[in-house]
Amino acid sequence: MSVENVIEIEHFKQQFGKFVVLENINLSVKKGEILGLLGPSGSGKTTLIKAIVGMSEPSSGSVTVLQTKMPSLYVVSKIGYMAQSDALYEDLNAYDNILFFASLYGMKGKPAKKRADEVLALVLLKDEGKKLIKNFSGGMKRRLSLAIALVHKPEILILDEPTVGIDPVLRLQFWREFERLKKEGVTIIITTHVMDEAEHCDRLALIREGGIIAIGTPQELKEKSGENTVEGAFLYYGKEGEVKSI
Amino acid sequence: MRVLSIAKRLIKQLRGDKRSIALIFVAPVFVMYLLSAILTSATTTPNIDVISAPDAYVERLQSLANVNKAFSEEIALKNLNDKNIDAYIIFNGIKPTITLEGADPSITSLVMNTLNKLSTNSTMQKPEINFLHGSMDMGAFDSMAPILMGFFIFFFVFLIAGVAFLRERISGTLDRILATPLKRWEIVLGYFLGFGLFVSIQTIILQVFSIYGLNVPMVGSFWAVLVINLVLASGSLALGTLLSAFARNEFQLFQFIPIVIVPQIMFSGIFDLRNSPAFAKILSKIFPMTYGAEALRDIMLRGKSLIDVKYDLLMLIGYALLFLMLNTLALKKYRRA
Repeated sequence: MSVENVIEIEHFKQQFGKFVVLENINLSVKKGEILGLLGPSGSGKTTLIKAIVGMSEPSSGSVTVLQTKMPSLYVVSKIGYMAQSDALYEDLNAYDNILFFASLYGMKGKPAKKRADEVLALVLLKDEGKKLIKNFSGGMKRRLSLAIALVHKPEILILDEPTVGIDPVLRLQFWREFERLKKEGVTIIITTHVMDEAEHCDRLALIREGGIIAIGTPQELKEKSGENTVEGAFLYYGKEGEVKSI
Repeated sequence: MRVLSIAKRLIKQLRGDKRSIALIFVAPVFVMYLLSAILTSATTTPNIDVISAPDAYVERLQSLANVNKAFSEEIALKNLNDKNIDAYIIFNGIKPTITLEGADPSITSLVMNTLNKLSTNSTMQKPEINFLHGSMDMGAFDSMAPILMGFFIFFFVFLIAGVAFLRERISGTLDRILATPLKRWEIVLGYFLGFGLFVSIQTIILQVFSIYGLNVPMVGSFWAVLVINLVLASGSLALGTLLSAFARNEFQLFQFIPIVIVPQIMFSGIFDLRNSPAFAKILSKIFPMTYGAEALRDIMLRGKSLIDVKYDLLMLIGYALLFLMLNTLALKKYRRA
């Protein structure tokens, strides 16, 4: 195992009862890489992510994050997680939401407040800090969720469909932020449906029918499949139905 | 400490939710007041029609009941049918015949008691009656009040805690906070402490209202009662959050009420279980409410101390701890570690 790899998934299998969601997944992610997980809904992207975040235990195989076998509560504190649905406390204001999550990572007092201000500014919610979440728009909630995922300066950022339901301008801002974090050495795993977003990723893993059907840089995937777009590549690999690794 | 973070967050959340606070603080007091109004305002003098009777008899009866003269049995019967009176008396020579409405046993016994007093009057020396606990004036509400107070604390705490924890799950925030280094027991304990604050206030309000507002008999120590109530509430708080882990939505949570909550009051000693089947007695031993009810009655009506009820107290503490532990285990469903 290379020390460079912050995430290493080997022979991963996850099943619920008799239903096998994912099988024989092998995947490694390098430090400072943006990996995109692409796949139709229900293909098991979130299942894979939950195993990386340590919320579930693989049925077989292993998930190793930062050289530690998951689930591990110690490693969890190095991961920033943005769930698919905004998990926010509606009857608290944005500021209190951030401070609460910060305190779960052991941050408190002045440093926590300073950091809360920082991340609020980062997602352009500086003036909305005292507003209750129930009065937030969908896009504002998404932004706050990102701010919370960033509050403890995680080494790894796991984003489950972070840009669903937000407008193109905001999406662009999100991606600028992701690029900036990448430069700081943060490793990012992102699931998405949006194909033009996939172009921004360093590497893409296409998930379908319980396995990774293709993995590589967007360029490689397009060349290999002879298609001009990631979308075309995705459809191409879907048809082939077998796992090819580049 | 993360336990305190959760507790603090809950307090902040609930402070903004005025309606829930109103429910927590006002509802138990309101229900308790209604029950006391119903149970203590029972009529103490029966309404009796007399058709024919010796004057001396009527005179004596008048001191014990509201007596009206009826001209014929038909009129008296009609009055009885219309529920204007509780009974009528007709004398056949020296033997009185009494007809009662009979559908309500409490009224029947009221009439019978009144007429018994009439017949045992004067001739015999009145016995001197002593009470070990309680008194002649103690009504149904007075003897039930300790149990009712405990039960309403138990019930309302269960509701609020159950729904609050359910909300955490439905909104996805439970999943989210489990993606942080938060430990499962820290969530359980955080909830316990956060709600503990509101529950304690609620308990104090209801207890003060019952004892000083409704004047229920209270011969024991206020603080001993508070200890029992708080431990009982802790058990309910833990039970509410535990059961909410097995409910998908509020509706499913409420389905636990007839199964888990209602039997608790029925088997807690509010009805005499001496002649009930064995299974009822066993059930009553399973429910935590039984131990709470017994301890509260012992302290409030019989003036016992916490030392005297230590067995009940230990059972209640045991139940609370058990529920908290099970709750921590139940959360494994959401995160393995």
